[in-house]
Amino acid sequence: MSIWEYANPKKFIATTTPLVPWVLGVAIACLVVGLFWGFFLTPDDFRQGSTVKIIYLHVPAALMAINAWFMMLLASLVWLVRRHHVSALAARAAAPVGIVMTLIALITGAIWGQPMWGTWWAWDPRLTSFLILFLFYLGYIALWEAIEDPDTAADLTSVLCIVGSVFAVLSRYAVNFWNQGLHQGTSVPVATGERTISDVFFVPLVICMVGFGLLFLALVMVRTQTEIRVRRMRALEMRMRS
Amino acid sequence: MIALLRRDLTLAVRAGGGFGLGLAFFLIVVVLVPFGVGPEAAVLSRIAPGILWVAALLAALLSLDRIFALDFEDGTLPLLATSPLPLEGVTLIKGIAHWITTGLPLTLAAPALGFLLNLEMSAYVWLLASLALGTPALSMIGTFGAALTVGLRRGGLLMSLLVLPLYVPTLIFGAEAVRRGALGLDATTPLLMLAGITLGSFALLPFAASSALRVNLR
Amino acid sequence: MNLTVTDLSVARGGAPVLSGVSFVVNAGSALVLRGPNGIGKTTLLRTLAGLQPALSGTVDVPEDAVAYASHADGIKAQLTVTENLAFWADVHGTKMPDSVFGAFDLDDLRTRLAGTLSAGQKRRLGLARLGVIGRKVLFLDEPTVSLDGFSVKMFANWLRNDHLAHGGIAVIATHVDLGIDAPELDLTPFRSTAHASGGSDEAFL
Repeated sequence: MSIWEYANPKKFIATTTPLVPWVLGVAIACLVVGLFWGFFLTPDDFRQGSTVKIIYLHVPAALMAINAWFMMLLASLVWLVRRHHVSALAARAAAPVGIVMTLIALITGAIWGQPMWGTWWAWDPRLTSFLILFLFYLGYIALWEAIEDPDTAADLTSVLCIVGSVFAVLSRYAVNFWNQGLHQGTSVPVATGERTISDVFFVPLVICMVGFGLLFLALVMVRTQTEIRVRRMRALEMRMRS
Repeated sequence: MIALLRRDLTLAVRAGGGFGLGLAFFLIVVVLVPFGVGPEAAVLSRIAPGILWVAALLAALLSLDRIFALDFEDGTLPLLATSPLPLEGVTLIKGIAHWITTGLPLTLAAPALGFLLNLEMSAYVWLLASLALGTPALSMIGTFGAALTVGLRRGGLLMSLLVLPLYVPTLIFGAEAVRRGALGLDATTPLLMLAGITLGSFALLPFAASSALRVNLR
Repeated sequence: MNLTVTDLSVARGGAPVLSGVSFVVNAGSALVLRGPNGIGKTTLLRTLAGLQPALSGTVDVPEDAVAYASHADGIKAQLTVTENLAFWADVHGTKMPDSVFGAFDLDDLRTRLAGTLSAGQKRRLGLARLGVIGRKVLFLDEPTVSLDGFSVKMFANWLRNDHLAHGGIAVIATHVDLGIDAPELDLTPFRSTAHASGGSDEAFL
């Protein structure tokens, strides 16, 4: 029994189909609880007022936007090394979800920034990095769409994903160097363990993060299943023609 | 490998447009900017570093799809792939040849265009240095983009979409070096970063480009 | 040195086209591939040359002895005939033999730009590359397209007297009779069935 067994398309569909409703259910539950708690049961921030509550959409979306790219990077590496089709298709399936998360983070950020900074958009390092991440997603998706042969597309997008990751990190540092920015520091620094956010806000935030994570997982599973079925249709069509 | 470099340069000279087109484009973009933002010398002088770098970047982008497309169409690439040259060497040489035909002339022409935009006197050294150090990275990153899209019809537009985000760090450090130079500050740090990107690109991207090329030749 | 192909399966666009191809070509001999259009001659030759991976099976030949030639000659219109050939000699680290111009009837064209040559002359130039690079194992895909009868004979002469006679090997996909003494291999029996294994879609069926 090895984890690679799940790389078989049929096995993947068989395993994930019963999982999807549960994951999706828990995700929705988390989001409903987290967002309701966050929006209605927390006090207003003494400086930022009620606008701070957009954090419950903004932070989890931003988190998943980056994690989705990480997941694509891992899946691409697995495809290049082990040639499991499900891995390549999962990377393909995650990209549109990731780009939507990036968009949500950008838009909620603009809505939050308007009353706080007095502007919808500033060329702040974090904002700019997300805009660049958005462009990377766009290029990645466009390359998948442009190539007809699925294996060629998987190979080329994987190479792009790896090179893109390196340059995305480079861009992050370059942008930091370029402009010091308005954006506040992270509210949940993982490395130091210190929180700049009080528990009242933090608990619903964590629930929302879990919700977004599970939502992403569910969406990627469903979309990967779709990609597998599309590939299967194509394969069957080719067999019928030959 | 020298033979390939010599051939590519000969072709660029004889085919025409190799050296000239990118330069002409560079000139036109720089000339168009004052029409857009107005003739005020102070404004132009302020934005000159950025304009020069963005224009150089676009001029380099313009000729990227020729790097592999011609050799792909006439069947040279599979012949090179079965020759004793490693494909990594081929992509490296292609990147170098692209730099000699576009990046180098752009670097040399940039100071002349700096005058048109009232660039601060103190910035010229940094302009030359940053372009000389930065444009090779543009060529090598572009070679990677060209290798990814070589088999595609209408790959040119897609390639711009893939390559431009990769150009961001180079552009930031390049323009920053000139901007600091214009303010009379020391711009060694961005220059060193630029040199790092260039060296890193030349060390690693030939491998990525040649693996993409192999996939496209299948 | 010989070329040994064992149980080779090849795919085009991820779908198996030929399965179980096996043959041996000894030094000094050639093999002619036959079969209707679309059977997979080009795919097989590209796989033999190492341009694409085989689905299964082995090709046993020293990798640095292989050369591939197809309809696309890789000729640069802006270079002269001599420059075109000299480039390939340089890339392969060989000395260009002067006899090659005579063998392919290019003597009068040496300083002409390749872009000004006719289709047949270009094809001769493309084939002359094979005489320059000094590779022992040639995989030729329709080498005689757009050649007239005289040129076909000339090419066959070169292949017999300058290549095979010096211990070379050639695998040729062609529809014309080259007039060289070589066994033929009909690929029709190797056509992959619809249920052949190894295609990239296999895991999805």
